[in-house]
Amino acid sequence: MTMSARHVPLSGPSARRLRLLGLIRKEFLQIRRDPSSIAIAFLLPLVLLILFGYGVSLDAKHVRVGLVAEKPGPETSDFLSAFEHSEYFQPILFTDQRAAREALARRQVSAIVRLRSDFARLALSGQSAPIQGIVDGVDANTARLVSGYMQGVWTQWLQRQGDQRAEESTQAVEMRQRIWFNPAVRSRDYLVPGLIAVIMTLIGALLTAMVVAREWDRGTLEALVATPVSVGEVLIGKLVPYYLLGMGGMALSMVMALYLFDVPLRGSLWVLLLTGTLFLLAALGMGLLISIVSQNQFVAGQVAIITTFLPAFILSGFIFDIGSMPPAVQAFTYLIAARYFVAILQTVFLAGNLWGVIVPNALALAAMAAVFLALAWRRMPRRLG
Amino acid sequence: MTEVLRSTANNTAVAVEVTGLGKRFAVDRRQITALEDITLRIRAGAVSGLIGPDGAGKTTLLRLIAGLLAPDHGTIAVFGLDPVAQPVAVHAIVGYMPQRFGLYEDLTVQENLDLYADLHGVSADLRQERFRELLEMTQLAAFQDRLAGKLSGGMKQKLGLACTLVARPRLLLLDEPTVGVDPVSRRELWLIIERMVAAGATVLMSTAYLDEAERCREVFVLHASHLIGRGAPDEERANMQGRCFAVTGANGSKRALQTRLAEQPGLVDAVIQGDFIRVVTVDPVPPGLDELGRDFPGLRVSPVPPRFEDGFIAKLKPRIAEVTLGKMAAVSAPPAGPGAAVIEVHDVERWFGDFQAVKRIGFEVRRGEVFGLLGGNGAGKTTTFRMLCGLLPPSRGSLRVAGVDLRRAAAKARARIGYMSQKFSLYGALSVRQNLEFFASAYRLDNGRRRIRLHWALEEFQLTAHADSSSGDLPLGHKQRLALACALLHEPEILFLDEPTSGVDPLMRRAFWSAINALAEQGVTVLVTTHFMEEAEYCDRLVIMAAGSVLAAGQPQEIRAQVRRPDLPNPTLEDAFIQMLHNIAGSDVGSPQESPVTGLQGRRRQTFEQP
Repeated sequence: MTMSARHVPLSGPSARRLRLLGLIRKEFLQIRRDPSSIAIAFLLPLVLLILFGYGVSLDAKHVRVGLVAEKPGPETSDFLSAFEHSEYFQPILFTDQRAAREALARRQVSAIVRLRSDFARLALSGQSAPIQGIVDGVDANTARLVSGYMQGVWTQWLQRQGDQRAEESTQAVEMRQRIWFNPAVRSRDYLVPGLIAVIMTLIGALLTAMVVAREWDRGTLEALVATPVSVGEVLIGKLVPYYLLGMGGMALSMVMALYLFDVPLRGSLWVLLLTGTLFLLAALGMGLLISIVSQNQFVAGQVAIITTFLPAFILSGFIFDIGSMPPAVQAFTYLIAARYFVAILQTVFLAGNLWGVIVPNALALAAMAAVFLALAWRRMPRRLG
Repeated sequence: MTEVLRSTANNTAVAVEVTGLGKRFAVDRRQITALEDITLRIRAGAVSGLIGPDGAGKTTLLRLIAGLLAPDHGTIAVFGLDPVAQPVAVHAIVGYMPQRFGLYEDLTVQENLDLYADLHGVSADLRQERFRELLEMTQLAAFQDRLAGKLSGGMKQKLGLACTLVARPRLLLLDEPTVGVDPVSRRELWLIIERMVAAGATVLMSTAYLDEAERCREVFVLHASHLIGRGAPDEERANMQGRCFAVTGANGSKRALQTRLAEQPGLVDAVIQGDFIRVVTVDPVPPGLDELGRDFPGLRVSPVPPRFEDGFIAKLKPRIAEVTLGKMAAVSAPPAGPGAAVIEVHDVERWFGDFQAVKRIGFEVRRGEVFGLLGGNGAGKTTTFRMLCGLLPPSRGSLRVAGVDLRRAAAKARARIGYMSQKFSLYGALSVRQNLEFFASAYRLDNGRRRIRLHWALEEFQLTAHADSSSGDLPLGHKQRLALACALLHEPEILFLDEPTSGVDPLMRRAFWSAINALAEQGVTVLVTTHFMEEAEYCDRLVIMAAGSVLAAGQPQEIRAQVRRPDLPNPTLEDAFIQMLHNIAGSDVGSPQESPVTGLQGRRRQTFEQP
C-alpha cells in the first residue's frame, strides 16, 4: 500500500467552517452520550417547574388556626365563624389557652386567636374588645401573611358589627384593595416565569462550566490546542450547542408555563426570545469563564453553583423581593444577570411589553454578555502553562 | 506520490532547530527549572528519540516544539517556523500526540477521526481514502463504531496516532507513545511510525524503553533539565565496545551472584539476562572475578555486544548520587523449609456479572521466590493480583496465602503480606514520618516495635533527611522508597508489588530490583507484575496471562524455549509473549502475518536514504 499524497489542507473560510462544524458536531455527540448533561438540560427544568408550579406556593391557604374562646357565646361564635368561612383558614377549636399553646408548639397549628372571657361583654358595650393573636414566627413569610389575614378578618367582623348596630359609627376612610397584574394573586404566575431564568442559568452556566473543565481534566484540550483550531472557534464551538440547548430548555419551560400552569403571556414571544438570547449569552460567557479559569471539573461545578445558580435563585427577585433586601445586598444584585432577566420575564408574562422595564434590563444583559464573553476569549489559553 | 514528500524532507535536512532553550515553571511560589540551555537539531526524515528519567524535561521539550508552551529563553524553529510567533502555521504541519490519551472517550473511533479531519481541514474527497488507509494500518477497522473509551490501552494509542496522522503532518511529536502498551501493540505502533518515516515524515518521540531508543536514528538524553548526551545508537554502542561481558556459571544462585557483582568496584552495571549476568565495566577490560571465585566456582566471562542501554547507564550513573534502596538486612522472615509453597492458587475463577475476568487459573509460588505475573491490559493480571492480596474474593476455586485460606480469613492473611500498589498510594499531605507511623498503627505494631521499625525504615531507605517533609513533594524515587518502606514495616513474609517500576528510569529500576533480590535472598517471597519484558527475566518463575487464562508458566528459560524455532534461535521473553498471544484464537491483538518475528532488540533500524 502506498501512502496517499500529502494533502493541501483547505484554508480560509471553508476550513474555518469545517472546523467549527466539526467542533459543534462533536459537542452534540458528547451531549447525546452523556446522560448527566441531558438530565440537566431537560429533566431538571421539568422537575423544577413541577416542584415550583405545584409544590411550592407562597400563598397562605388552609392555614390551621387554633381558635380559643375562653367563654363561648353567640358573640364569640359569630366572630369565629368569620374564620370558618374563609378559604385561607382551617380553624381548630380549643377551650383553653394551654391546649392551644401546646398545639402551636407541636406545629399542629400555625397561629392562635384567643378571645378572652370578657370578649362578649366588652364587644357588646361598644368598647374595644381585645383579641390576642399569636403567630408561629418560624416561617416568617407565612407568619406575615397569617397576621395580615387575621387583621382582615377582624376588620370585616367589626364592620359587620357596625352595620348591625345601625351604622352608628360611619367610617370616614375605607380601604379597598385592588391588585394589578396578577389579580388572582397566584404566586405561581410570577414564580414560573422567574424559574425560567433559573433553569437557563443552570443550562447555560453550570453545563458550560463543566464542559471546558472536562477537556482540561481529560487532556483533550492539550490535543486540541495542538491543532490549527483558534481560540474563537473553540469558544463558538462550545457556545452554539449550549445556546441551542438553553433555548430548548426555555421553550420547554414556556410551553409548561403556558399550557400546564396557565400562566398568562401578556407581552410578545419575540421579546422573550430576544432577551432570552441575551441572558443566555451572559450565562454561557460566565460558565466558560469559570471553566477556563478553574481548569478542573469539580471546582468549576462548585464555583458555578455558588456564583451563578444560587444568586439566580436567591438574589434575582425570583422568590425574594429585591426591594426588601438590605441596601448592600441590593447593590450586589446588580451584578447578577438573572436579576435583569427575572424582571423582564415577570413583566412580559404578567404585564406586557413595558419598554421602560424591558429596554434598560435588556441593555444590562447585553453588557454583561459582552463582558463575560470577552473575558472568556481573553483568558482562554492559546497554549498550556 | 511519496516523491513529493521525500523532496520536502530532502530540501530541509534539519526539521527542528532548538537553540539555548530554557523553560521554568512556578509551582507554589517556587521556581522549577524544566529545561536549561538546550541546543539540538532534529534531522528531517528520520526517527529521533528523546530519553531520560522521569521529570528530566522530555514532555516540556515536546510541548515547546509543538507550540503548546512559550519558552523563557532561546529559540525554536520548526521547518523554519517559530512556534510562538506562527502557531497556526506550525500546528498545520506538526502532529502532536500527548502522553495522556487526548481523544474523546465518549466519541467512537470513526467520530474521533472525523473530528480530526475537520480540524485539520482534510477535504471530503481525500477523507475516505485516508480513513481507510489509517484504519487498515492501525487494524482498527473492526472497531470503527466502538467508543474510544472502550478500547484497550494499545488500541487507544493506535487511534491517537491515527488521529494525529489524518493531516499527514511533516513533523510528528510523540510523547511516550508506547508506555503501558502491550508488546504486540508496541510493535504495531512502531510499524506505523516506520511507514510514516518511509513516506517522508520526521518523528521525534520520547520513550522510557531503551530498546526503542535503539531504533532511532539519533538519540538525545535529557537529565535534570539538561541535555547530557546525543548521538546515534550505533556510536553509543561503539563507545561501549569491549566493556560488556556475560558472566555465566552461577547455576542456581544467579541472584546472589548479581548482588555481589553489583558491589564490585570497576563495574558500572550488573543485570540478570536470561541464563547469565550481564556486566558493564568502567574500563574496557574484563571484570576481575578472583574474589568471587571462592563462593562461585566455575564462573566464566565472555564478551557480549554492547547495547544502547549500556551507554545510557554508563553515562547517567556517575551523575546520580548513589541510588540505593537499602540493604533490607533487618527483614526477618520466618525461616521455613525452602521450596514450601506459600501461595497456592487452584482452579480460581472470577466473574464480574457475566464477564469472566479470570478463567480457572492455577499456580504455586514457593518461599523465597521472585514470581512474575505478566500480561497485557485486560489479561486478568490485576484481578488475580487483587484476589491474592485478599482485596477481592474469588468466584470459585481455592486461594491460600501463607497457609491461610483467603476465602475464610483474608484479614489474617493480610497481616502477613506487604502490598505496594502501582500508583503512589500514600498520604501526600502527611510527612514521611507520619506516613510510616500511620502504617505502623494500621498494622498494629506495639510501641517498642514501632520505634525500632520506624528507625529501620528511615535509616535503610535513606529517608532520615526527609522525615519531616511532606511525602507528596518528594521526588519520584523517594516516593517509591517510602512506599516500599511502608509495605515492609510489619516484616511481611510475602510482598506484592504491582508494576513497581512503571514510569521509573532505568537506574531507579535497577535499584528497585536489587532491593527485591535482597529481600528474596532473606526468604521473603515476592510476587511482582510488570510490563517490562526484560524485567521478567529477573524472576525465578513467572506466568504469562492473556484473556483471563494462564498462557505459560515456568522459569524464563523454559518459556523462551517454548517458542524456539530454526528462524528464531534466541527468542527473548517478549518474542515468546507475542508468539503465545498469536497462538490463542479470538484475541484482537493483531494478525500474525503483519508482525515481525524478531524482537525489538533484534531489529536493526532501517536503512535511510541520506539527505
